[in-house]
Amino acid sequence: MDILNLKGTEDTPTILLDKKNGIFEISGRSLPEDSAEFYKPVIEWINAYSAEANPTTEFAFKLEYFNTASSKLILDVLSALEEIKGMKVVWYFHDDDEDMEEAGQEFSELVEIPFEFKTY
Amino acid sequence: MNYIYDLHRTMMSQKLILVYDGDFTQETTKSILAMAERNLDSSGEESGIKRKVFNVMVEALQNIVKHSSEQGLTAGSLVSKSAIFMISKDDKRYCVMTGNPIPKVHVAKLTSNLDDLNSKDKEGLKEMYKDIIKNTQISEKGGAGLGFVDMARKSGEKLEFSFHSMDGEYDFFCLKVNILREKE
Repeated sequence: MDILNLKGTEDTPTILLDKKNGIFEISGRSLPEDSAEFYKPVIEWINAYSAEANPTTEFAFKLEYFNTASSKLILDVLSALEEIKGMKVVWYFHDDDEDMEEAGQEFSELVEIPFEFKTY
Repeated sequence: MNYIYDLHRTMMSQKLILVYDGDFTQETTKSILAMAERNLDSSGEESGIKRKVFNVMVEALQNIVKHSSEQGLTAGSLVSKSAIFMISKDDKRYCVMTGNPIPKVHVAKLTSNLDDLNSKDKEGLKEMYKDIIKNTQISEKGGAGLGFVDMARKSGEKLEFSFHSMDGEYDFFCLKVNILREKE
């Protein structure tokens, strides 16, 4: 399956989804003008991956900042991940960023996926 | 040309560190954010406060962008589409302030939304946020007042707002969001 590799900009995150090497990561800043449009290929990729997923998947969120329009789409990404067996989310936050830690906890309460919290 | 000096003095006395008045797009949003961020970095502000200010700025700016694109004011109207964005900073707090025209027909709804937000405590705001994020469709980009809920949560204080009549059709909506610099 093709690798999805989006280079981050000042208002969009870096996204690397690589089945072969087992790398699944969204990192950086997410405040695009049209978040639905930006996340569309990501959700499509995950839905395709779902049909031929690796036995286990660790999906990393390493976000520095995201706006409220992105938060809805992050929930959509998580809902797509929820359908996949052996899924685990690793939620990274900067060790003094309580808001990002809390955001991760709130997402974990909204979906049925195990979350692991790590600082960076 | 007294107004140049007057404006300068107003900025000094109100402790304004950034003022932008004009049309708002995603491009101007990015430029304003970059400028404000440089300012916060060079003043050596604590990273937690910096993140909160940045967060509130993004939501405030994107609210204006969304509204000005929705409006489609008729040509020849006395009401300009232009809005204002400013940040002030003193020893105690940052204030992120915006002003933009909104149709009078939306004033009552917006007032009741903001009053509702201001009546909630931290837990209440959290529940409201989770409720909206769960139940809102993707297609409604950014809508549903999630931006205001987030600003209220990040601020930890009541959102201050007022309306000023511009003409028969439009009010000027002013919003002020405080971010305390001292940890409670």
